[in-house]
Amino acid sequence: MSAQHESDWQGELAPGDERKADSGASSGVRGYLLGLALSVLLTAASFAVIGTKLLWAPGIPVALGVFAVAQMGVHLVFFLHINSGPDNTNNILALAFGVMVVVIVISGSLWIMSHLNHNMMPMNKLTDLHLQH
Amino acid sequence: MSTIATELPGAFDPHRLGHRGDGPEAADHGPAPKRIIVGYGFWIFLLSDFVMFSGFFAAYSVLSTSTAGGPSGRDLFDIHNVAIETACLLASSFACGMASIAVEERKALTAQLWLVVTAALGLSFLILEVNEFFSLIAAGNGPQRSAFLSSFFTLVGCHGLHVTVGLLWMLTMMAQLFSKGFAPNLLRRFRCFSLFWHALDIIWVAVFTVVYLIGVTQ
Repeated sequence: MSAQHESDWQGELAPGDERKADSGASSGVRGYLLGLALSVLLTAASFAVIGTKLLWAPGIPVALGVFAVAQMGVHLVFFLHINSGPDNTNNILALAFGVMVVVIVISGSLWIMSHLNHNMMPMNKLTDLHLQH
Repeated sequence: MSTIATELPGAFDPHRLGHRGDGPEAADHGPAPKRIIVGYGFWIFLLSDFVMFSGFFAAYSVLSTSTAGGPSGRDLFDIHNVAIETACLLASSFACGMASIAVEERKALTAQLWLVVTAALGLSFLILEVNEFFSLIAAGNGPQRSAFLSSFFTLVGCHGLHVTVGLLWMLTMMAQLFSKGFAPNLLRRFRCFSLFWHALDIIWVAVFTVVYLIGVTQ
């Protein structure tokens, strides 16, 4: 693989690549430090939320979900360098498909199982039926 | 970025992976370099790993209240321990980022030192987790106690298994870096490893939120 060929592909990014335009040691370290600071902030917020009495209790899981999704986004952008740049399109498309499957699997399971639980005869009635026959 | 755009017409064609389309410049460019193919392939693997974890997360979410009269997460989880585990893994992810910057700059010693920090923090995480597992099992709350605990051990244990594999991978790579230097295949391997390690931290964010934090609020 010639050097010329490699340089032709500078517009394309592998996952984890930083963009050439903003490379250089200081900006790289700064990106990781920013990611670390944001992650620490979001993690601390998550752990603080469960101890606090300030929030309406049923809202706490929602707050935790928001913090978690935000932190995953921070990790993707600052640590894995998956961002919305034009040369990152393929990586983003794959990510979008992965997120879609994850959402379908988790929300679908919860939805179906809660319906099944709701429609199932309570266990004590079921055993009563068995005893009658 | 604008300089690249002027040098390379069609550089922003979104449908390029592995090969160009049938555009006018298709003949001028061969397949993508191995660095991009390998990185993209590994990214697809990581996404499929996320899909696998989503199955475990779904099972845990469905079964988290099925305690069979046994203890629930509220009784079992030690949030202090989880906070330390989270700090270890986050710091480890950051150290891995520092190591990858050192690799970009071809500084072998700095890279090795940051990798040692990464491995040490990852190992501390693993020790804390194994310790938690053994204390749960010793108290009679092993995976066979209830469906809740089965799904808990499967989900968190699977993440721990990934961390273990990552540690073995890291140690192998440090030895290869020491003996072979910055060979192209080693650089590609290192890129895949750093993606893997950061991805594990993403899964841990979901684990400590869904399992531990929501577990103790229920």
